[in-house]
Amino acid sequence: MKNALGTVDAVLLLGGRSEIGLAIVERLVRDGARRVVLASRDATGGEPPVIGEAEVHLLDFDASRPETHGEVIDAAVKLVGDLDVVIPAFGVLGSQAVYDADPVAAAEAVAVNYGGHVSIGLHAARRLREQGHGTIVVLSSVAGVRVRRANFVYGSAKAGLDGFAQGLGDALHGSGARVMVVRPGFVIGRMTEGMTLAPLSSTPGQVADAVIAGLRSDAEIVWVPGLLKLMFAVMRVLPRAIWRKMPR
Amino acid sequence: MTFLTGWGRTAPTPARLARPRSAEEVAELVRRAPGRGVAARGLGRSYGDAAQNAGGLVVDCTALISWSLDETTGLVTAAAGLSLHDLMAALVPRGWFVPVTPGTRHVTVGGAVAADVHGKNHHVDSSFGAHLTSLTLVTAGGESRVLTPADDLFWATVGGMGLTGVITEAVFRCIPIETSRVRVDVERTRDLDHTLETMTATDDRYRYTVAWIDLLARGGRMGRSVLTRGDHASREDLPRGARGGDPLAFTPGSLLKAPPWAPNGLLNPVTVRAFNEAWYLKSRPGSFVQGLGPFFHPLDFVEGWNRVYGSRGFVQYQFLVPFGEEATLRRIVSRLSAENVVSFLTVLKRFGPGTPGMLSFPAPGWTLALDIPAGRRGLAELLRTFDDWVAEAGGRIYLAKDSRMAAGTMAAMYPRLAEWRKIRDEADPDGVFRTDLARRLSL
Ligand SMILES: Cc1cc2nc3c(=O)[nH]c(=O)nc-3n(C[C@H](O)[C@H](O)[C@H](O)COP(=O)(O)OP(=O)(O)OC[C@H]3O[C@@H](n4cnc5c(N)ncnc54)[C@H](O)[C@@H]3O)c2cc1C
Ligand SMILES: NC(=O)c1ccc[n+]([C@@H]2O[C@H](COP(=O)([O-])OP(=O)(O)OC[C@H]3O[C@@H](n4cnc5c(N)ncnc54)[C@H](OP(=O)(O)O)[C@@H]3O)[C@@H](O)[C@H]2O)c1
Repeated sequence: MKNALGTVDAVLLLGGRSEIGLAIVERLVRDGARRVVLASRDATGGEPPVIGEAEVHLLDFDASRPETHGEVIDAAVKLVGDLDVVIPAFGVLGSQAVYDADPVAAAEAVAVNYGGHVSIGLHAARRLREQGHGTIVVLSSVAGVRVRRANFVYGSAKAGLDGFAQGLGDALHGSGARVMVVRPGFVIGRMTEGMTLAPLSSTPGQVADAVIAGLRSDAEIVWVPGLLKLMFAVMRVLPRAIWRKMPR
Repeated sequence: MTFLTGWGRTAPTPARLARPRSAEEVAELVRRAPGRGVAARGLGRSYGDAAQNAGGLVVDCTALISWSLDETTGLVTAAAGLSLHDLMAALVPRGWFVPVTPGTRHVTVGGAVAADVHGKNHHVDSSFGAHLTSLTLVTAGGESRVLTPADDLFWATVGGMGLTGVITEAVFRCIPIETSRVRVDVERTRDLDHTLETMTATDDRYRYTVAWIDLLARGGRMGRSVLTRGDHASREDLPRGARGGDPLAFTPGSLLKAPPWAPNGLLNPVTVRAFNEAWYLKSRPGSFVQGLGPFFHPLDFVEGWNRVYGSRGFVQYQFLVPFGEEATLRRIVSRLSAENVVSFLTVLKRFGPGTPGMLSFPAPGWTLALDIPAGRRGLAELLRTFDDWVAEAGGRIYLAKDSRMAAGTMAAMYPRLAEWRKIRDEADPDGVFRTDLARRLSL
């Protein structure tokens, strides 16, 4: 249970090796969370990482297999009880050039980046509604706020995810459970390795700090860095002819 | 679904509320318990999540209000939802007073038993549980059991925070009084040591004692206090002018209503310092006769005063350290004062012997209680530090006030937890009785 000062107890990370996800979990544990479930592909059998003094469990989870997602949530509840924070942090970036040449690969990426979030999100919401509390932290992206030519397969999936997450939050309104949408810009890390830095970039740690602050203040949407909110207020209304020419 | 919080107005969670009109209806609700379990609730005066049950059923006991008094023995049989306010209004004119009253009259008998509440007379009369002769408890199967102090389940229920079942009735001894007034002595102390010395030396001369500490006083004045101590007034104690009327007249009511909305940060170091300064100065040393209401429940004069803390609510931190561990008390008071912690009312009390309640809070020692706005920066860390000091000193935190302690800390502070769990598990093997506090503390 979340306490009066916002400290939580049990956390489920879907995409259990995500850099951003783990940075969030580490901070929650530092603040007092005691139980962690890391759900990722081929997880079981391995050694769970040490995260502070928390008890850490591993679970198998494949975002591209929605038929298994109900069991994943149930298994997590079996391990740690009520879920205070659920963080679906899985995703694949890929490259637009590859997707252009290989539509099947593009569809598979979308199935993870959008479809996978829809099914695990709905299952998590069912549980959170039942328990009457808890927050789903959805890692969206500015890539979905206005989709760009340079990465429109990834961006459109994030656009779908962002809309889904907002709708889910509205559906949960009044149930005690909540959804927080996180919109990072370019995050320097594994996912973006080798890419040239974009302006207003951040680190996984900075994203995680913003998530923690958002959880404390019951924020609904968190931009990282915060300045992106302002920037995208402008970007959103740029004429199409200009937007189309955005290099990346 | 209804969103519920405790008196501190933090961490709301939704639950289905039911308000049974009889013990049979309680039993029926328990028999049909939903998967998320059942929690009992009185008047919601515990500060944290003790009377909440996210996604489950909350049984509001406040419609169970029958009572009777045996005028020769002072034995009261009261339904669990009866408030001490209503009980006092009925008892005082008949010449009886409740054995223990917390700092507010607006608690139920069930809540008083479940938290084994203490009052200003703890050093001589112990806590509420010490005055009980029997309890009626609806247990997990939905059966009604009458328990006496000879039963283990009785002492798992007294102080058991509603987790052994729903109390529907309690029988307890009341004390005879001649008047509805209290003879009060007020004294001011210079600093914390002077406060502790004075209380140790002379508390036993009074039935009721409490010290209010000015937390914002610094340096040589750190821990300066106003000591308020008293006894039930006899007829002779009443001032001449007041002797004509009914000496047992008792008409308490709230005089003021707090505004329904207050800005966050209304209570800040400046306003609170001013209030504390005024309170210290206004509390002139002397003796006088005072009504039961103003003496025992000064806060009840402002209805809904908890709203003054703004939308983020507040936490109450109440700990106990055993006698001999005064250094820990001193350490916490000096840290609070150094950190400029804004606490409206900080109360120090000297406890006497506790009850056999396995999770009961009081034990011989010192208890300090303070209110802090929940939005304060760094509060979680500060209180965690205090938790560690208190646990090391062999002390504990009061569950009825708690809203933020960690499970491991609680287990370290309540050495009889395992014993309590065993009895609870026997009485409720499937975990029918559940509260948010129980989930948070893994009880
Ligand atoms: C201004 C103020 C001053 C206070 N001063 C003191 C003080 O001096 N000393 C002190 O000891 N406490 C004090 N308290 C705390 C208060 O006395 C306790 O929290 C008490 O339990 C509140 O009773 P309630 O009826 O409001 O119960 P609730 O807050 O509704 O419930 C408290 C607990 O009791 C359980 N419970 C309630 N009814 C039943 C029932 N019928 N059967 C089983 N379990 C039940 C609940 O499940 C919960 O765990 C104070 C509180 C306030 C707001
Ligand atoms: N990095 C950025 O610039 C950035 C910006 C905005 C938003 N985001 C979003 O933030 C989230 C976290 O990103 P990150 O930076 O932490 O990236 P990351 O370290 O690459 O983590 C992504 C995780 O997703 C997992 N994953 C991929 N496909 C999966 C599948 N089918 N089933 C289960 N797990 C799968 C990966 O698992 P493996 O370990 O098995 O590969 C990986 O651990 C993602 O949703 C990302 O889109 C990232």
